[in-house]
Amino acid sequence: MHLVGLHSAFRSPETYRNASGYRLLPMRFTRLDSSRYVVSGFAGDYAVVSTEQLGDLVNHRLPVGSELYDDLLARHLIADDSSSVHRDLLSTKYRTRQARLPDFTSLHLFVVTLRCDHSCHYCQVSRVSEDRSAFDMTEETASRAIDLVFRSPSPHLKIEFQGGESLLNFSLVRYVVEEARRRNDGRHMTFVITSNLANLTDEMLDYCEQHHIEFSTSLDGPAALHNRNRPRPGNDSYDKTIEGIARIRDRLGNLAVSALMTTTAASLEQPEAIIDEYVRQGFPSIFLRFVSPYGFAVKSASRIGYETEQFIQFFKRGLAHVLKLNKEGVRIRESYTQLLLQRILTPFATGYVDLQSPAGMGLSALVYNYDGGVYASDEGRMLAEMGDEKFRLGHVEDGYERLFLDSPLLAMSHESMSEGVPGCSECAFQPYCGTDPVFHHRTQGDFVGHRPTSGFCKRNMELMRHVLLLLEDDPTAARILRSWV
Amino acid sequence: MTPLWARIERQAGARSTVGRITEDVFLPSPLRESEVLLVRGDNVSDASGFCGVIRLGSPGSESEVLLPGHFDYLQDGDVVRIDRGTGEFQVMYRRNSRHNFLFITERCNSRCLMCSQPPRDIDDGFRIDDILQAIPLMDRETPELIITGGEPTLLGSRLLEVINAAKVHLPNTALHMLSNGRLFSDRGLAKAIADVGHPDLMIGIPLYADVASRHDFVVQAKGAFDETVRGLLNLASCGVQVEIRFVIHKQTVGRMAKTAKFIARNFPFVAQVALMGLEITGFTKSNLEALWIDPVEYQNELTQAVEELTFGGIRAHIYNHPLCLLPTALWPYARQSISDWKNQFLGICDSCVVKSECAGLFATSNLRRSDHMKPFASDPRPLQSPTAATI
Repeated sequence: MHLVGLHSAFRSPETYRNASGYRLLPMRFTRLDSSRYVVSGFAGDYAVVSTEQLGDLVNHRLPVGSELYDDLLARHLIADDSSSVHRDLLSTKYRTRQARLPDFTSLHLFVVTLRCDHSCHYCQVSRVSEDRSAFDMTEETASRAIDLVFRSPSPHLKIEFQGGESLLNFSLVRYVVEEARRRNDGRHMTFVITSNLANLTDEMLDYCEQHHIEFSTSLDGPAALHNRNRPRPGNDSYDKTIEGIARIRDRLGNLAVSALMTTTAASLEQPEAIIDEYVRQGFPSIFLRFVSPYGFAVKSASRIGYETEQFIQFFKRGLAHVLKLNKEGVRIRESYTQLLLQRILTPFATGYVDLQSPAGMGLSALVYNYDGGVYASDEGRMLAEMGDEKFRLGHVEDGYERLFLDSPLLAMSHESMSEGVPGCSECAFQPYCGTDPVFHHRTQGDFVGHRPTSGFCKRNMELMRHVLLLLEDDPTAARILRSWV
Repeated sequence: MTPLWARIERQAGARSTVGRITEDVFLPSPLRESEVLLVRGDNVSDASGFCGVIRLGSPGSESEVLLPGHFDYLQDGDVVRIDRGTGEFQVMYRRNSRHNFLFITERCNSRCLMCSQPPRDIDDGFRIDDILQAIPLMDRETPELIITGGEPTLLGSRLLEVINAAKVHLPNTALHMLSNGRLFSDRGLAKAIADVGHPDLMIGIPLYADVASRHDFVVQAKGAFDETVRGLLNLASCGVQVEIRFVIHKQTVGRMAKTAKFIARNFPFVAQVALMGLEITGFTKSNLEALWIDPVEYQNELTQAVEELTFGGIRAHIYNHPLCLLPTALWPYARQSISDWKNQFLGICDSCVVKSECAGLFATSNLRRSDHMKPFASDPRPLQSPTAATI
């Protein structure tokens, strides 16, 4: 068969087609809705196909040269004898997705004090206390922690100050900033203070301006909700936070302060009001953040806790509102959706610690507690406050090698890798998802967990399914979402 | 249109010369060795010591080369090649043009359906010697120089000489090489190009589909897709900047948007992607009915392709399309890409208010062009509101 209009000196398209069958490349498939499946490959390329097409695909019934056949070839889900370069591309893409691993730990959290002026219901680690000696990190402890920071091979080091309320031990913040700068052997360093901003003085602002330190604060929503979640003497947490945000922006610039919200039972009914509050305060994004069960004090769990299903509904309602605002011309992004989109639509690695495999805790982030305890994650530190030391890697006095090699870290990392976890290893969302050994240890008793009953699994699968359906079926939403990547 | 080539009177046994044009008859004799004296009309002057003399207008002495009047655009600083042995005259470089290219070989290892410069399997190694002579004569302020063929990489180490000469003599000139990329599947060649250390080199490599069989059909070479893809990966890993080129025609348009997505996913390192209209010359003429598609018929596909690239963070350029064949949303991506010497406009274009921003047409478009070309009496672009989404 010759192509019409093609000069006889040229060969036909069929000449270049594969004549034999095709092979399936490593792939996973998961139901998207009642009639469609997501099929994803080794490096995260995916296709959405009908149930019937999936049957044809896996039974080697796809006709050579059909559009679907070529689509699946191009996404490296199948291969045939016309080409072998998918191996080079797949390995390059897989390496790209894991590009952060060789850099190891870049995020280092310093719990500079447990003392706090707030008594938030969802926090059980802070202490309203005047006793500095009992709950503040010392310079000696900080100095050892800084040693450990510089043992990381990462060219980027981010030191984040946590509490308690970190501004209550500002002298130690200063010590760490200056020591880390003094000892810096050529890394790119950034510093962030996590604070409720109630105790922010002009002198602190001067210092932060001089040393290019940024802030991260808590904003749970409109005043009533925020103050209900975050009690402090005078019940003025909201006003203090808003005032602090304005002062930081005035001095350090608009982008020098970001805000995080904690979802509580009281939040569930008002995602729109929470998002509107973020828009009103001029934030370019909001993170509709799920809060893990170990984040709650046991005594208040029934008051502020909620089921995974309720959170999913809250999230979907919130995302719908964010999309509606975008259609009206308001530029606001939802951060978790943005993260999922980056993982689904781009070939790149993402830095978010809680959605990695191997788990980001320990490998990507380390926590140095006020008392010198070293933890794989902030949640691990909270568990320890409740008596469960499973995620304590050791003490700052221990050597770097001991913290990494003679600790629960390796077992935690390799046992929980989603590539091999039952339920994850065959899930189409695996390339986009992560693993959370702390959550599964806390809720299901081991690092691996049981996926059919895992809240982590249910939540992430539902959110990814939701995002994929928006990308597939809602062109207006898809355009907005793709512009976030 | 600017003529770059002419037949001249043959002179058996004469050797070819490459020289730089000057009209300065008082040029001191020690500086004349690599200069070609350009004489207009009947002027008589002392031409001793120049490497050649060309005359526009009436014939002079036997040692002079007589050129037709339409070469009167030649001026000081241009570089020409005079070959009386074969009776050929060639303008190699025009100082005032932004579209200078080094035509490095006629040989090629592909045979693309729409090749504008059909390859010939001949030994034309002499071109390299001429080019190496010409490069030092070019103006150091030349903004850009294109290396084209044929397939430049077939020259192997001699290509490295050319790139090195450009680096040494034209350090401020961006060098853009058009290659099918296949030989860069040998990492050694990619590394060798990188090791020349040219400060501003980009290699433009065509990829005509996201699947091997369709690309291989377009370039008429089995295995070419795999070689080009490996070449792209090798160049990137050696730190050489690459551009991907996609020529739009009936055999490629069906997977254009998908190819754009494939590029964003697999080659996020590319500096830019050029989506190019068809030039109706060379093999395209032979395969015209299999290739021709009116650009107005692929506006949607082109828009999608630009979106895929833009969402993927890759700069998209649309080459060789007059603005009247593009939706205004794509105008920001349209470039005036057609080299001045083969660029033309239609009579109806004279009244068009956006002509000065338009790419126009290839001179060869007379053979086939869209029926939808029309002048704009007013600028059709909507005023941008601050919140309007752009792609």
